[in-house]
Amino acid sequence: MDSFWLIPILPLVGFLANGLVGKRLPKQAVAWIACLVVAASLLLSARAFYALMQVPPEERHVIHPLFTWVESGDFVARFEFLLDPLSAVMMLLVTGVGLLIHVYSVGYMWAGEGFYRYFAYLNLFMSSMLLLVAANNLLLMFVGWEGVGLCSYLLIGYWYFKKSASDAGKKAFVVNRVGDFGFLLGILLAFLTFQTLDFQAIFQQLGPEGEFAAESGKWGTLSWIAFLLFIGATGKSAQVPLYVWLPDAMEGPTPVSALIHAATMVTAGVYMVVRLNPLYSLTPGVSGLVATVGIFTAFYAATIALVQRDIKRILAYSTISQIGYMFAAAGVGGYAASIFHLSTHAYFKALLFLGAGSVMRALQNETDILRMGGLRKYLPVTYWTFLAATVAISGVPLTSGFFSKDEILVRSFSSGHTVIGIVGLATAVLTAFYMFRLFFLTFHGEQRLAPELRRGIHEPPPSMAVPLVLLALLSLFGGYGYGYLEGFLEPVTGEPLPARGEHSEALVLLTAVASGLGILAAYLFYVRNPTWAAAAQQALGGAHRLLWRKYYVDELYDRLFVHPLKRVSDHFLWRGVDERVVDGAVNGTAGLVRDLSGFLRQMQTGYARAYATWILLGTVGILVYYWMGG
Amino acid sequence: MPTDLHYLAILPEIITAATGIAIMLLDPFTAPQHKGRLGWLGVAGLLAAGVAGAAQSGRTMTAFGGMVQLDSYSVFFRWLFFGVSIGTILISLQYLKREGVHHSEFYALVLFATTGMSFMAASVDLILMFIGLETVAISTYVLAGFKRSDPRSNESAVKYFILGAFSTAVLLYGIAFLYGQTGSTRFDRVAEALSAQGPSAFFLVGLALLLVGFGFKVAMAPFHVWTPDVYEGAPSPVTAFLAVGPKAAGFAALVRVLYSALPDMENHWGDVLGLVAVLTMTVGNVAAITQSNIKRLLAYSSVAHAGYLLVGLVARNELGISAVLYYAVVYALMNLGAFTVVVIWSGAGETRVHLSDYAGIGFRYPFLTGCLSLFLLSLIGIPATGGFMGKVFLFAAAVQSHHVGLVVIAVLNSAVSAYYYLRIIVIMYMQEPAAQVPSVEIPVPAAVALVLAALGTLLTGLYPSALLDLASRSVLAVR
Amino acid sequence: MFIFVALLLPVVALLAGRLLRPQMGHDTKLRPYECGVEPETDARERYSVRYYIIAILFVIFDVETIFLFPWAVIYDKLALFGFIEMLVFLGILIFGYIYVWKKGALEWV
Repeated sequence: MDSFWLIPILPLVGFLANGLVGKRLPKQAVAWIACLVVAASLLLSARAFYALMQVPPEERHVIHPLFTWVESGDFVARFEFLLDPLSAVMMLLVTGVGLLIHVYSVGYMWAGEGFYRYFAYLNLFMSSMLLLVAANNLLLMFVGWEGVGLCSYLLIGYWYFKKSASDAGKKAFVVNRVGDFGFLLGILLAFLTFQTLDFQAIFQQLGPEGEFAAESGKWGTLSWIAFLLFIGATGKSAQVPLYVWLPDAMEGPTPVSALIHAATMVTAGVYMVVRLNPLYSLTPGVSGLVATVGIFTAFYAATIALVQRDIKRILAYSTISQIGYMFAAAGVGGYAASIFHLSTHAYFKALLFLGAGSVMRALQNETDILRMGGLRKYLPVTYWTFLAATVAISGVPLTSGFFSKDEILVRSFSSGHTVIGIVGLATAVLTAFYMFRLFFLTFHGEQRLAPELRRGIHEPPPSMAVPLVLLALLSLFGGYGYGYLEGFLEPVTGEPLPARGEHSEALVLLTAVASGLGILAAYLFYVRNPTWAAAAQQALGGAHRLLWRKYYVDELYDRLFVHPLKRVSDHFLWRGVDERVVDGAVNGTAGLVRDLSGFLRQMQTGYARAYATWILLGTVGILVYYWMGG
Repeated sequence: MPTDLHYLAILPEIITAATGIAIMLLDPFTAPQHKGRLGWLGVAGLLAAGVAGAAQSGRTMTAFGGMVQLDSYSVFFRWLFFGVSIGTILISLQYLKREGVHHSEFYALVLFATTGMSFMAASVDLILMFIGLETVAISTYVLAGFKRSDPRSNESAVKYFILGAFSTAVLLYGIAFLYGQTGSTRFDRVAEALSAQGPSAFFLVGLALLLVGFGFKVAMAPFHVWTPDVYEGAPSPVTAFLAVGPKAAGFAALVRVLYSALPDMENHWGDVLGLVAVLTMTVGNVAAITQSNIKRLLAYSSVAHAGYLLVGLVARNELGISAVLYYAVVYALMNLGAFTVVVIWSGAGETRVHLSDYAGIGFRYPFLTGCLSLFLLSLIGIPATGGFMGKVFLFAAAVQSHHVGLVVIAVLNSAVSAYYYLRIIVIMYMQEPAAQVPSVEIPVPAAVALVLAALGTLLTGLYPSALLDLASRSVLAVR
Repeated sequence: MFIFVALLLPVVALLAGRLLRPQMGHDTKLRPYECGVEPETDARERYSVRYYIIAILFVIFDVETIFLFPWAVIYDKLALFGFIEMLVFLGILIFGYIYVWKKGALEWV
């Protein structure tokens, strides 16, 4: 158990090794290094997990200090890791899914240039995510938090020669920064309030005997902290309104999308909320907001996914939607349910992306599902594994997704959040529909492939197929351990198993019906009567266009934020002050036409005079301020 | 005749000044191809001065009629200045040769400026502070115009000189007001008089003019207007020096004068500096977004960073000043580093300073661009770099003193700043290179400076305690 | 109140002048006044930089002398300290002198 601190460190070692000397190593060596360090982390995580199970629940809390990071007066932050049930589960999940994606990547990225670079980034990404998960204080968590943001930027923009890719990388980073702005403020406010950033110390103050227990339920400082941190979560976990980066993040290599969407990065926000559940439990206002934003995002993203044509884009919106479920669960107090859905989602979403990657690989990077179809007989392994993931995400009974989604709905209803539960059910119908639409259009029906693509469709090599199969098994059967998981997490999520409402049986049925409805509709529209789809699109012209253009949010954001900022910068501060005022002073009086090449013109004192005027104005400004003020 | 003539208290300054004079004296006797040796002499002198400074650490004394104070604060800044000057000389050695202006006066001027900066941090008297400031200013005016035959350099020097003279006059006017009201130029006497008389109009005018003078030095908005033009035109190593040395010295003196001489007016200067901080950060960051010349971009970025530093000053608590000191060091490391890359990459005649000149060089020059990326990430404030920790300390201090609004704006600003720093990284790694990527050689001394700056940036991010400890011990002398 | 009057006065005076004076801007009137003689070249002429160098050097060594006088007057009181300080001061200037000499700043080619 003592060696768990190596879990985040090992991938970092892999990053350094591949980053520094990877260029001179053969590809095999690079691949081995990258996969082995993650495998080692996985083994250590498993060992730590096992060790935790061996001790009684109240002792499942190990802190491993590495060194005192910052110490200045009251400001103390230690570089130390925390092993408790929550971080153990997360580490196991991250390293497990991460390892499979690493292995898959070896085959997927083999042909490309910069193989070592890719794996170096991937390892760094793993290291940051594990750091985020293992951190024992908010500041260290923030390091991992920013780290995954940075790595996602590197990985999304990995195919830098594609302009769309580098733009997407930048967008991801900048949007994340907006979220991080809230997160950082939250940290600072937390420090101001608690005088510490250590989780345990904060929880102590929040506990029944702590000084903040009295603030429970009031909209005060605690709520502000929770709210600001949640802003960070909406950025990192792609929730409304900061979700816009995630669909664009499809520009990265497909295994990267799998990694970002499945076990890492986007789940960071959910993890954060669950980790800080004592805070969120005391702030019902913010928790309500979390649940509302979550369920709204779930529904909203699902509607967009209904009409998209790009296989990865559909999966991206489905991720946003599923993460929304997790936030909804956390918001209504179902922290364990949230983590449960996080883990099942990790399995099937990773599988969906890897399957999509396998399809794209076979079709030379075709992503439009309307130009696929009938792939079932060419790609049997991909077909069956993809089916496993699709049934799981659609919530077909007895698959992992069914259990976790049902649990979220149960928690919503039993805690009295009926609206959230109903929207959740509706979203489940939509989810089943768009996922099976994707599935049918890709694998069933007639072939709509471009002729030149028909030849040479082949299954991926074993290094890619094996992860698919493993993930398929997890997607199907990974939901049976929930009872155990909930009990295991109890020391962290801190709630006794609530008495399940009498209507929970009915809910199970409802969940099953919801998924059945969606699947049936998809079957009718896309297999039975393919003409219906076109007819529906015709009939719903305006609505369809709205969904297709994703509610025009990208355009809106561009108008609202990007353009004005640029305009202020461009026109006012640079052209305006620098050129218009200053040059105006020079050119206007001298009557010269502005010529670009003339630095002699700049030698004229007019420039300096204008600058001196600014200084003078500033001086007068300060003097007037003092004069008015006293 | 003053009785406290402790020459030992100013030994480091004596060494730097003497080395500067020695360089000038030896220059006519040195063959043109051996001018570099005088640069190394300068480095040796600065190292010696650093050692002399180290020998005094821990001691506190006042010397020369209460003009100079030797304390941990002045020692801290001395080391920073000596380090900055060593870095500047290291990156200049090859540069001067390349640009065909290899005159050893450059090194001498850097040393003289260092002497002035050192005195600015150590002075507890308005007169000495002013003389230190002028020594820095005049040396840097000349340095900015060091490429005599380059019109851009000339332009830069003339503008800097004219505006510098203007602002210095304002500063001196402010000093005159304070002297007129208190009858003394010593910080402690001014403070005594202030607490006895209360903040009268004379004090307010004096303070305002003082703030303007320093505002020019450290490039606070709206007194920053000179920076883009001067930074763009000056030889790149000089730009690096200007952005780091005199700015840090300005802050060193500003902190000392505000806390030691005008503590009873802290609400007055705190308010104004708060407003100025907001303006400075915003103007710097927003203007940087559209820049296409990297030197101009870094100039605006240095304006923005002055704003962040002001946040620490406005906080008016111990953590705040420690954070200013801490960030001054980190800022020096990352900015010197970034400019070193600019110096190396710009090529003969500084022709490659446009952002598009950086297109696609990422994988061609992994060392250069890797270092530059690190410095840019640190300037953004990404964790694991010094820039992140520095910002955390600055903002935490301001939050501690309940300047939440200011912090919100500061954090928002640093979010905006990510955009333009990142653009450089995008251009380097994610754009098609020009048809023919020019080849540059990386001179060894500059590479050493680069590695040191990079290590420092990382170290201050991963293990900030050591430096922060030092900083917080140093501020005790002021507060 | 005073400050308003003080600010107002120049503004009013200048405005009044502008309003009252006859507007006769023609070529001859805008020409620089050179004692009634027709100007032949631009008034801003370039001088050799050597004039400046010599002038600046003169100022420096002139100031040196100004310092020497008061020093000489209280030489007795300053004793050895004063002597050494002046040596340092003169030494620095002499170094400077050697420097400008060797640099050729004193040559008039």
